[in-house]
Parts: sequence; structure tokens; C-alpha cells
Amino acid sequence: FAEFDDAANLLAANPDATTISIDEPVEIPKNQRSRLQEPGREEDDELLGTDDSDKTELLAGQKKSAPFWTFEYYQTFFDVDTYQVLDRIKGSVFPVPGKNFVRLYIRSNPDLYGPFWICATLVFTIAVSGNLSNFFIHLGKPTYHYVPQFRKVSIAATAIYAYAWLVPLALWGFLMWRNSKVMNIVSYSFLEIVCVYGYSLFIYIPTAILWIIPQKVVRWVLMMFSLCLSGSVLVMTFWPAVRDDNRRIALATVGTIILLHALLAVGCLAYFFDAPELDFPAPISPTHNGTTVITKS
Amino acid sequence: FAGLADVSISEDIPVEGEITVPVGSRSPDEDYSTLDEPVRDTIMRDLKAVGKKFVHVMYPKKSSTLLRDWDLWGPLVLCVSLALMLQGGSADSKDDGGPQFAEVFVIIWFGAVVITLNSKLLGGTISFFQSLCVLGYCVLPLTVAMLVCRLVLLAGSGTVSFIIRLIVVIAMFGWSTLASTAFLADSQPPNRKALVVYPIFLFYFVISWMILTFTPQ
Repeated sequence: FAEFDDAANLLAANPDATTISIDEPVEIPKNQRSRLQEPGREEDDELLGTDDSDKTELLAGQKKSAPFWTFEYYQTFFDVDTYQVLDRIKGSVFPVPGKNFVRLYIRSNPDLYGPFWICATLVFTIAVSGNLSNFFIHLGKPTYHYVPQFRKVSIAATAIYAYAWLVPLALWGFLMWRNSKVMNIVSYSFLEIVCVYGYSLFIYIPTAILWIIPQKVVRWVLMMFSLCLSGSVLVMTFWPAVRDDNRRIALATVGTIILLHALLAVGCLAYFFDAPELDFPAPISPTHNGTTVITKS
Repeated sequence: FAGLADVSISEDIPVEGEITVPVGSRSPDEDYSTLDEPVRDTIMRDLKAVGKKFVHVMYPKKSSTLLRDWDLWGPLVLCVSLALMLQGGSADSKDDGGPQFAEVFVIIWFGAVVITLNSKLLGGTISFFQSLCVLGYCVLPLTVAMLVCRLVLLAGSGTVSFIIRLIVVIAMFGWSTLASTAFLADSQPPNRKALVVYPIFLFYFVISWMILTFTPQ
């Protein structure tokens, strides 16, 4: 047990040194943990995740060591197992109030698998569901001729991939800029922001499938519901990052995030899904020369 | 070798014998030189290889022939014929019709490349072109489905023909997905198999959707 004595001696000599413990995090001395956090920010514990968030911070710097022109560098972004991807999807669909999606699920292992394939699935789901719903809405009409509308797939792909990659880029740039002015406790890397946005889009996949139902009320209720769920994931992720800033800027940032998210949903619904027409029974309006004119709205 | 430790060879015993190298088969160079054979033999050999792979796809069982001797002729032929058969769909305007030839081509090849990259990034051990080869060859059932759909549509385009087409396309989609996972699944790390199989499922689903929604003029 000589190594333990050495470690204890080193720690006694330099109590501020950070230590990595392989065992359960309860063995990290309490005085050291409180030194790493400012006093009075206990609520960060819940938002930052469980105790081993310290450990993941320490381990984060050691992960991506391959140079960026090798294949292994990109393999580090796909270092997830099936159950991890399923966990992250579950976390985005059932947001736990008060828990930060990034700290709880991503934990310094952002992956590109989820965002890429969720966006791909969403593109095809929206195009296929829109096509199907238009088919059912116009089914009985004699003048309707079914067309696959394949061009809409490329439009959907452009819109969704632009949203899922450019908005995180802009948001990351904005947070970096604010970080240089105001010291924030919580800051995210670009990949973590891409991850959150990608996984938060998952709820729109079943929503798009359910949008086939040609009822306006049903569609808008579904949209509100999914907007609340994915919006809350985004808000709970980014609120701690802007909370320390000027109040108005923080609110404006979170508001813009929600607004863009809502714009995406509304835009998809309006463009890909035709409005379900309601056939009113024709009102009979007598004209001045006595004949009745039946109008169909 | 313990018994040989005390064997000593004295220098005055002559060692005699014959050393001959039996010349049995021809040297390996002559087997692989294909410059002198007739062109017909060359073409037939490649065609037979492609045909054998088609048979492997239709009856997928674990064999490494498809993986070992990959070629991209089969996928090219299948892709071009599928794209050609998807032409001639109705369109009110240029924007509303079915996929253009270039779109089908790009979807199949770009989709196959992306899936291959995905499986390699997740830690798969299969090589790039082997995976492209498998994904391309497994489009064969869907090409057969497209052929059947066009024939059914010649007979009529009512509800009955739609149901027949739906059943055929779903069956062939299942066949394609099962065939490609049978070939590709073994090369993936075990706890990521679902992550690799799902994009393949999505890929063949999109192709099946294009086939099913084909409406003639």
C-alpha cells in the first residue's frame, strides 16, 4: 500500500491538486469538491448531474487525442452503444424537470450518430407523411391525380439539416462570445450543442406520423405538445449557460431558441401537409331573380 | 529432442543423398495470366461472378464469397435498371413527379456510401468496397419488385393492383433488409448491431417508397 501513502503525502502537500479516483465518487474528499464549486450554487448539483460530473470533466480532455485528419479522430464521435443511444432518445422525449440533458446523458461523450440519423429519419418521415396525408385528404376527388412530390424530400433535407447544424453553430458562437465577457459556470462544446439539438428533434418523428390525421385541431394539439417537450429539453439545457448573464440577454437567447424551434415545426406543418378542407353543407342563398344558387366552400 | 542430445556427428562419416525438388504444378504466373485468353472467356468469367452473387442474394446464407470477391458491376446494373424503370412517372409539373434518374442514382450510391461510413465509424471490420458491394447487390429483390409493379400497373391501376403492389414491395423490402443484415451483421461489434442495421432499414425503406409510389401516366 505504498502508493496510497504517496498519494496522501502529495495531497497533504498540495491540497488543491485535482485527483482522479477510479472508485466510487464518494471517496473524493468533501473539501475538495466544495473548492471546485462556488458556495451558494447548490442547485447546480442537480443541473450538473450526479457527483461524478467532476470526474467526467477531468476525463474529457483525455479523449480526443488523434489528429483530425485521421479516421480514428472521427471514430471518437461514434463511440456509443445501442443502449446509450436509446437512453439519450428517452431522455429527450421524457425530460425530467430540473435535470440537464447534456450533463445527464451526454456526459462528455457527444456523438454524431444520433443527430445525423435522427435528422435523416425526420426528413423522410415528414416527406412520406406529408405525401400520405395529401393523398388521404384529396382521395375522393375526381380531379385529383396522385403525384409522389419527390422534390419535397430535398427541400425537407435542406431545411432540417440546416436547422440542426447551423443553429447550433450560431448558438455556440454566441455563447463563446458571451463567455468572454461574463464568466459562466456552464459552457458547452459545439458537439454537445449539436447533440442536444439533434436528440431534441426526435419527438417530431412520431408527431409527423400522427400529422397524417387530417384534423386541424389534432395537428395543432400535437404540435404544441411536441414543441413543449423538445423546447423544454433545450431550455433546461441552455438556461444554466446564460443565467449568469445580463437578464435581458439571457431571456432573449432562450426566447430565440424557442422561436426558431417553433418556426421549424410550423413551417414543416404548413409546407408539407395540405390543410384539411372542411366540407360545409351548401348554404342556399336566394338570388334576386328567384333561382337558388348553391355554393360549396 | 532429449534423446538426440547425445548424438554426435563425427566428421569422417560422409553424408550422401539426393536433393530433388519435385516439379509438380505449373508456376503460379501462368495460372493468372489472362492476357492471352479470348475476350469471351474474360467477359463470361465476370458475368458468372456477378450471376453467382445474384444467386447468393436471393438465397442468403452465410458465405464469404460475396464479401471476398467484391465487384461493383452488379450494383451498377441494378441501380441503372431501377432508375430507368422509375422513369415515365406522371407529373403535373416538373417539380411534382417521381424521382428523376439522377435522384435515384444519387440516393442509392450516396446512401450506400453513408451507410458504409457509418458502419466503419462505429467500429465495423468490413472494408469499404465490400460493404458497398453487399448493399448494392441487395437492391436486387427491390428491382424485381419494381419489375413486378410495372407489369401489374400495365394490367390496371385500381385498388386491387395497389394491394398486390403493396404486398410485393413489402415482401421484397423485408428480403433485401434481411439479406444485407445477414451479410453485414457479423462484422459489427456486438453491442452496436442495431445502430448499424437501422440505417440499412431506412435506406431500403426509402427505395421501397419510391417503388410503391410510382404512378404511370
